[in-house]
Amino acid sequence: MGLLSRKATCNSHGQDSSYFLGWQEYEKNPYDEVKNHRGIIQMGLAENQLSFDLLESWLAKNPDAAGFKRDGQSIFKELALFQDYHGLPAFKKALVDFMAEIRGNKVTFDPNRIVLTAGATSANETLMFCLAEQGDAFLLPTPYYPGFDRDLKWRTGVEIVPIECSSSNRFQITASALEEAYEQAQRKNLRVKGVLVTNPSNPLGTTMTRDELDLLVNFITDKEIHLISDEIYSGTVFSSPAYVSIVEVLKDRNLENTQVWERVHIVYSLSKDLGLPGFRVGAIYSNDPIVVAAATKMSSFGLVSSQTQYLLSAMLSDKKFTKEYIAKNQKRLRKRQSKLVAGLEKAGIGCLESNAGLFCWVDMRHLLSSDTFEAEMELWKRIVYDVKLNISPGSSCHCSEPGWFRVCFANMSEDTLTLAMQRLKSFVGSIASNDRSHQEMKNSRRKLRSKWVFRLSFQSFHDREQDER
Amino acid sequence: MAIEIEKPSVGLSKVAVSETHGEDSPYFAGWKAYDENPYNESSNPSGVIQMGLAENQVSFDLLEKYLEEHSEASSWGKGAPGFRENALFQDYHGLKSFRQAMANFMEQIRGGRARFDPDRIVLTAGATAANELLTFILADPGDALLVPTPYYPGFDRDLRWRTGVKIVPIHCDSSNNFQVTPEAMEAAYRCAESMNLKVRGILITNPSNPLGATIQRTVLEQILDFATNKNIHLVSDEIYSGSTFSSSEFISIAEVLETRGYKDSERVHIVYSLSKDLGLPGFRVGTIYSYNDKVVTTARRMSSFTLISSQTQHLLACMLSNKEFSENYIKTNRERLTRRYDMIINGLKTAGIECLKGNAGLFCWMNLSPLLEEPTRESELALWKVILNEVRLNISPGSSCHCSEPGWFRVCFANMSEQTLEVALKRIHKLMEQRRRRN
Repeated sequence: MGLLSRKATCNSHGQDSSYFLGWQEYEKNPYDEVKNHRGIIQMGLAENQLSFDLLESWLAKNPDAAGFKRDGQSIFKELALFQDYHGLPAFKKALVDFMAEIRGNKVTFDPNRIVLTAGATSANETLMFCLAEQGDAFLLPTPYYPGFDRDLKWRTGVEIVPIECSSSNRFQITASALEEAYEQAQRKNLRVKGVLVTNPSNPLGTTMTRDELDLLVNFITDKEIHLISDEIYSGTVFSSPAYVSIVEVLKDRNLENTQVWERVHIVYSLSKDLGLPGFRVGAIYSNDPIVVAAATKMSSFGLVSSQTQYLLSAMLSDKKFTKEYIAKNQKRLRKRQSKLVAGLEKAGIGCLESNAGLFCWVDMRHLLSSDTFEAEMELWKRIVYDVKLNISPGSSCHCSEPGWFRVCFANMSEDTLTLAMQRLKSFVGSIASNDRSHQEMKNSRRKLRSKWVFRLSFQSFHDREQDER
Repeated sequence: MAIEIEKPSVGLSKVAVSETHGEDSPYFAGWKAYDENPYNESSNPSGVIQMGLAENQVSFDLLEKYLEEHSEASSWGKGAPGFRENALFQDYHGLKSFRQAMANFMEQIRGGRARFDPDRIVLTAGATAANELLTFILADPGDALLVPTPYYPGFDRDLRWRTGVKIVPIHCDSSNNFQVTPEAMEAAYRCAESMNLKVRGILITNPSNPLGATIQRTVLEQILDFATNKNIHLVSDEIYSGSTFSSSEFISIAEVLETRGYKDSERVHIVYSLSKDLGLPGFRVGTIYSYNDKVVTTARRMSSFTLISSQTQHLLACMLSNKEFSENYIKTNRERLTRRYDMIINGLKTAGIECLKGNAGLFCWMNLSPLLEEPTRESELALWKVILNEVRLNISPGSSCHCSEPGWFRVCFANMSEQTLEVALKRIHKLMEQRRRRN
């Protein structure tokens, strides 16, 4: 029998990485409050489960939306036949309005520039097909979402070259890191087509500063390349600094309708902000009409179900609902994140200060037996198999420093999170009592404690700002 | 939307600026003419009647009745307890209940003559995605797939555009009702070889689009033997399998494999969809059924780029698990399509037009070669323009389906009301009368 293609037999689907192995372990022994309270708690899944009640209540009050009805009349046939890759106009309008609302209405989006795709996974891949090909590369700041290795590279043949970021400046992008990445690509004989950033960042949980955004704009202008801004967590910004989107920066710098304007493309999705990953709703927004045209045709390979487009057009057109949802959702995320941060502190563990996302970027460097990725894997395995928490090791996110882990907080109940923190505290405690150099440990904890004191006061300062918003 | 570009835009890929999406062909030009002047019984009775769209609109009442009687299918039940689980479900294995329902439905369509294992079903957002995905898995850029002509114009985009794979046609003609022959397959294979193309597979559509006819068992056997002989894959696109006019005439490749005890079946893959049989193209429901474990695993992973909305999977799992509904639907849909087919065939016959003998699908393959000035593609396109602009019917010229014989046209009959079909037939009559008077 004939062989399969190179794509089918390679490993670029990425499914042999630890990111997926952790999932597998969880699946074998999943925690359940009642049935399996010693099982593995899933903290590696960036889902937003905090605001379903708001969605359910809207659905109960608006039965027509899921019932294929408009003003009481059945539109089933119309929807069943609707396969136009331009997408349901009412949905595109509602979606761009929602995107604007998330950005405090400081910017507006044109529904004719949005392309609907079956999830952001599809959007990112489609953009790669439009902007690059075999022999090309995109630069990505590390650490980054493990799925990008598959989404951007597998079928497209495009390469990723990392922009190394470090804890020395809270993993922010620097001009030298950008230049170094660009040069590295050239040394590998790869033609750099653009930069892709996730803002707010996964796995860091932070929003990019205005300085970073300016740096990016300068860089892509200078090199005449594209910028993709994956903004799928834009609705999860729960504390200051307030979210600054790339389009806002371009607008403020009077770069609308310039060449660089046409090279900035945004990816969005409802999987994180609305907690609807199953519905496969993604979007590409571009100011380049050729990209919009090509991406629209390509979306044939991954259209959003018209049944789902209609449901969500009704929901997102309800401005009263969206306003309430955005505010309540953010408030709940903030509360949950605080709980995780506090729980980690009790275990003597710190994390990168964050203001967005569904996870924290946790610093466990002090728990490593050595400053190596082997030690990180060792620690990760203990946490998965002994502590029974599935968290994501930084190496799976291509972090250049060992010892960082992504820990999700929005995909479980509050009680489960409490339990997870207790387990972690016990684990750290047990390491301490087994550790030969007690004193060393005490010293590092003292250092951590003073860091916490600083961070606590910093945090409460921000909380105050939030309440005033 | 046509965009003029003098030279490729700086910084886009070759794929983005190529024309392999195929949207400049007459197939799409006809759509535009219809969009600009669409027929409407009351408000625009002289508009263009759309007969180029292979949609099934004859059985919506059955679907709507089911939805009315089973609101839990679309609303997750009272208090929506199933909502959050459904909203979170993005597992690329797909909803088990839905795969089970699909497997059962595919078995019912084949009269129980083949069995389908739900764990071999991979879900994709439409057959468009399924065909492209399979091509990515079975072939490398620069390789070739053999496809019998005439074929669905969309394949030019679906199989080639982003994959970089080439299509080499297996030429079929009216001398034997456009059936595939071993000689034609050999010739196509040699042609690919002469172009230094590595052939990775053969892709057939059964029932055929645009022929509207099922492939005979002997021909299926020959195709499978050919694929085995050359050690290549066989993809059978069976998206019209539920639209056959009689249940016994459709023979799926699955049945042939069953008869052979599934020997050497790892090279066979079936594509299915609910867009034609159930008339739900908007819901984006496609599947790949493969007898090859590695293909199933890889296709499943790749389906991440094209998952079916879990909301839609839930709806259809409910609907298709309902045996009473699915059996009645298949039977009734078949009867109605047969009735429509008879109506158009008789109407065309009365006008003096012959069609290929069909037994499936949502269209018929009409022979207008006697009307051509010359037996050329140009004459065919000229006639097509007359039919579009003067008779005001959008039908698909055979050349857009890569037919090697000019003069054939695909005419859809299930995407309109019976009254509209009557109007279309009257217009055709008029055209034929005018032609006769002229001669």
